[in-house]
Amino acid sequence: MKSRYELVLAGLLASVGCKGPGETAPAATSAAPAASAVAAAPAATPKASDTGPIKVGILHSLSGTMAISETSLKDVALMTIDQINAAGGVKGRKLEPVVVDPASNWPLFAEKARELLQKEGVAVTFGCWTSVSRKSVLPVFEELNGLLFYPVQYEGEESSYNVFYTGAAPNQQAIPAVEYLMSKEGGAAKKWVLLGTDYVYPRTTNKILRYFLKQKGVAEADIMEEYTPFGHADYQTIVANVKKFAAGTPTAVVSTINGDSNVPFYKELANQGLKASDIPVVAFSVGEEELRGIDTKPLVGHLAAWNYFMSIENPENKKFIADWKAYVKAKNLPDGDKRVTNDPMEATYVGIKMWAQAVEQAGTTDVNAVRQAVGGQTVKAPSGFTLTMDGKNHHLHKPVYIAEIKGDGQFQVVWKTEGPIRAMPWSPFVPESAKKVADWSFPWVCGNCTEGKFKTDTATAGL
Amino acid sequence: MNTRALLSILAICLFALLASVSTPARAQDLQQAAKDLSSGDKAKVAAAVDLIAKSSDKTALALLEALAKDSLKVDTAGTPFAPGEGGSLSPVFGGDAKPVGALSTPMVDNRMRRQLEPALASLKLGFPDPQVRLSAAKDLAKSRNDDLAPLIRAAAAKETDPDIKTAMQMALAQTDLYGSDKQLKLAALGAIEAAADASYKVELERLTGKDASGKLNEPDDDVRRAAGAAVASIEVRALWLSVVSNLFYGLSLGSVLLLCALGLAITFGLMRVINMAHGELLMIGAYTTFAVQQFFQTYMPAHQDWYLIAAIPAAFIATAAIGMALERTVIRFLYGRPLETLLATWGISLILIQTVRLIFGAQNVAVANPSYLAGGIEVMPGFVLTYSRLAVIVFSSAVIGFVWFMLQKTPLGLHVRAVTQNRQMAAGIGIPTRRVDVWTFGIGSGVAGLGGVALSQLGNVGPELGQQYIVDSFMVVVLGGVGKLAGTLAGAFGLGVLNKLLEPAAGAVLGKIIILGFIILFIQRRPQGIFALKGRAAEAM
Repeated sequence: MKSRYELVLAGLLASVGCKGPGETAPAATSAAPAASAVAAAPAATPKASDTGPIKVGILHSLSGTMAISETSLKDVALMTIDQINAAGGVKGRKLEPVVVDPASNWPLFAEKARELLQKEGVAVTFGCWTSVSRKSVLPVFEELNGLLFYPVQYEGEESSYNVFYTGAAPNQQAIPAVEYLMSKEGGAAKKWVLLGTDYVYPRTTNKILRYFLKQKGVAEADIMEEYTPFGHADYQTIVANVKKFAAGTPTAVVSTINGDSNVPFYKELANQGLKASDIPVVAFSVGEEELRGIDTKPLVGHLAAWNYFMSIENPENKKFIADWKAYVKAKNLPDGDKRVTNDPMEATYVGIKMWAQAVEQAGTTDVNAVRQAVGGQTVKAPSGFTLTMDGKNHHLHKPVYIAEIKGDGQFQVVWKTEGPIRAMPWSPFVPESAKKVADWSFPWVCGNCTEGKFKTDTATAGL
Repeated sequence: MNTRALLSILAICLFALLASVSTPARAQDLQQAAKDLSSGDKAKVAAAVDLIAKSSDKTALALLEALAKDSLKVDTAGTPFAPGEGGSLSPVFGGDAKPVGALSTPMVDNRMRRQLEPALASLKLGFPDPQVRLSAAKDLAKSRNDDLAPLIRAAAAKETDPDIKTAMQMALAQTDLYGSDKQLKLAALGAIEAAADASYKVELERLTGKDASGKLNEPDDDVRRAAGAAVASIEVRALWLSVVSNLFYGLSLGSVLLLCALGLAITFGLMRVINMAHGELLMIGAYTTFAVQQFFQTYMPAHQDWYLIAAIPAAFIATAAIGMALERTVIRFLYGRPLETLLATWGISLILIQTVRLIFGAQNVAVANPSYLAGGIEVMPGFVLTYSRLAVIVFSSAVIGFVWFMLQKTPLGLHVRAVTQNRQMAAGIGIPTRRVDVWTFGIGSGVAGLGGVALSQLGNVGPELGQQYIVDSFMVVVLGGVGKLAGTLAGAFGLGVLNKLLEPAAGAVLGKIIILGFIILFIQRRPQGIFALKGRAAEAM
């Protein structure tokens, strides 16, 4: 939307003889980490009747720039809800999905979230993709004591009482990937290029990685950090610089380049003769869905780090893929058999199942009760492990896979963790974050503080 | 007598040594190694590749090459097969064995590729084709392979082609520079100085410098001097490199901007239609390229590489037709009303985006570079002219040549110029102004379609492709001077080169901001752009 605005301005400037400064608003993406106060839970959620269907909100962009990625999440959420309903629903009640379209417009995300909570009275919401959209809805969920399941890998430095994070925190994706590239097997990289699109997620991730690399003994001069604007398509200079920077030393590129800029970047890499075996690129935003619809020849051998890949072989994943294919066919979704599964889809699937189990256990859809019950829930996930939701920091324990891109747009796993690892939302490598604790159990009751909210003397006084 | 005896003893020793080195691994070992390739055990696979590479068996090359290309298949009995001529599978070890059970493809990852590359290259050093030898030598020069050094040295001694010899010496320098033999070290430094290869800079600076306690890292004066000379030559080369490469990158970015803006220079520059749907015409040009590619894939896969040539007229015609239809149905009712035009064409752009989404889906589509546009030539170490960028520069020159010819040398061009300069007068002398409008808009749109063909080769093709370029296009046209093609040319290349000169120093984000600031200042000082229209047309604005 913003680009449209600029565009009208440009047109006007051009037509009206071009006086006046071309004022364009900078993308306001640098929202501060949510300081989530526990707040005496306001009971604003309208009580759904205890017998009718349970309303479940789905808050994903179905139009605009993010539609490419988020539509699949909406589809997989509906599929999972269908499955739960087919198996008799939750506590004998059917789930009723309420799908809204925030249209890749960040402020609209907050409005739609409010609409879901206040007007529709949903018991839970599954949604958001970009960090900006999550930051936008966060105050709404906290104010109205709603429940959000967020399914995408993100930059961490956050933990909200009202959010369960089923995507990866940095220590479940970025850090292991860098460790892999440092190892002999991954090419023993000595120099590092941190390349990203200029917004919250890459900036924060690279900040954490920079601290991490320094702790591992990498010199300041051996780290190159570069950002490009959204939609950047000309990577000639950057690739040439990477080449110059890398000369003679094993080097790896950590890419947080977003969306459409990836294709010109990888094309330029291949054309300038940089092979994956010379300078491997590990990407955190390139998955099966993003590879669909691009020519993967120049990408072969480059890496991606996720917690799930479609190519992982185990019975759960086989069933998940088969269910998805059948659902796509039954609902006649666009692109038919070319549709793939990916990491955020798996995270959505796991999130919905966990929530349903928690409601069964709590016996009610009341947010306060369900929140307590979600912690500790386990689900046998398509990623091949039984995943547990951490009741303390509201993040999912996840396995980490590192895989190389193959010519057919799928991935082959080259490294994985022994099992699921616990998320560390506050990075221990960033000095100011290392002190912070995300722990929603007593005596902490806090997602973002250095000392517990619930004092021990009051606790003993209560005994 | 004595010397002769000594010589013969030496010869025997040498023979024995050679024999021990080149004893072909027993066929059995080789077959076992081939079996190990698909074992999935990384250590085993690495050992197998090593054994095969050292076997110097003639099947080794076939085996490793198939493996590197991901085309090696292994059946359940462990017999390797590779696609031969015509693509049918045949056993690598000869004979006419048929695959037993299901075929599997051994997994190749980066670690293996790093091992395969020098192995394959060493096997290719003796090839008759100089191209193969050159690329093999270059592959070997990329990393240090001490155990391959004798092999490379022998090949370098026999080599007659100077380029290949240089590349082989560079490969040897990887080992010799770190060795203890002074002569070899000096030879390596000489080769490095001649090639000015920046990848040695760190090591050379260590050689010329002192360690923490103030002791010289390299005690030998000759070596130190040679290293100093090599560093100097590397630095001179780096300076040249940055100037030349930035200019080329600027030209290449400028030619992309030119292709995007040229269509707009006609519809907006000459006709004064603020065409917000211009970006979508670029996008449709790119989608036409995709459609032509699909057509070639389906109906003539043998000539698939030529789809791009066919896409050029197809994209021109498709977008020109859409442009003409737009002019007839919408824009001609809005001449002289810039604000309404702006809103109407904006609406059209939304309609076009959504239409394309409905037809092709919201996902990006894959447009592959034809094989003749993939890769590039290395004009000097560290600077690669990529074919796709070169092609875009050539293509943009051709397009601007075409537009210039059309406007200056054809009757239609004469009419267009007459109508845009003074519509009433042109009508007065019998020029069908309405029809000229249609054609002009059609040509402007067609040229935008040509821009789309070029963009499809550089970035991705999706419904929102045009959005990225519309602002840049307006910028170029306004900066260059509305109504002047030469201005568009100057604006595009000026912006391109300026951007690329700023980018290394300021970074991509800040560079873009500086450019925008510069344009605002420039337009305030000189609202008419670089090239101003003179005479009545300018006054009428």
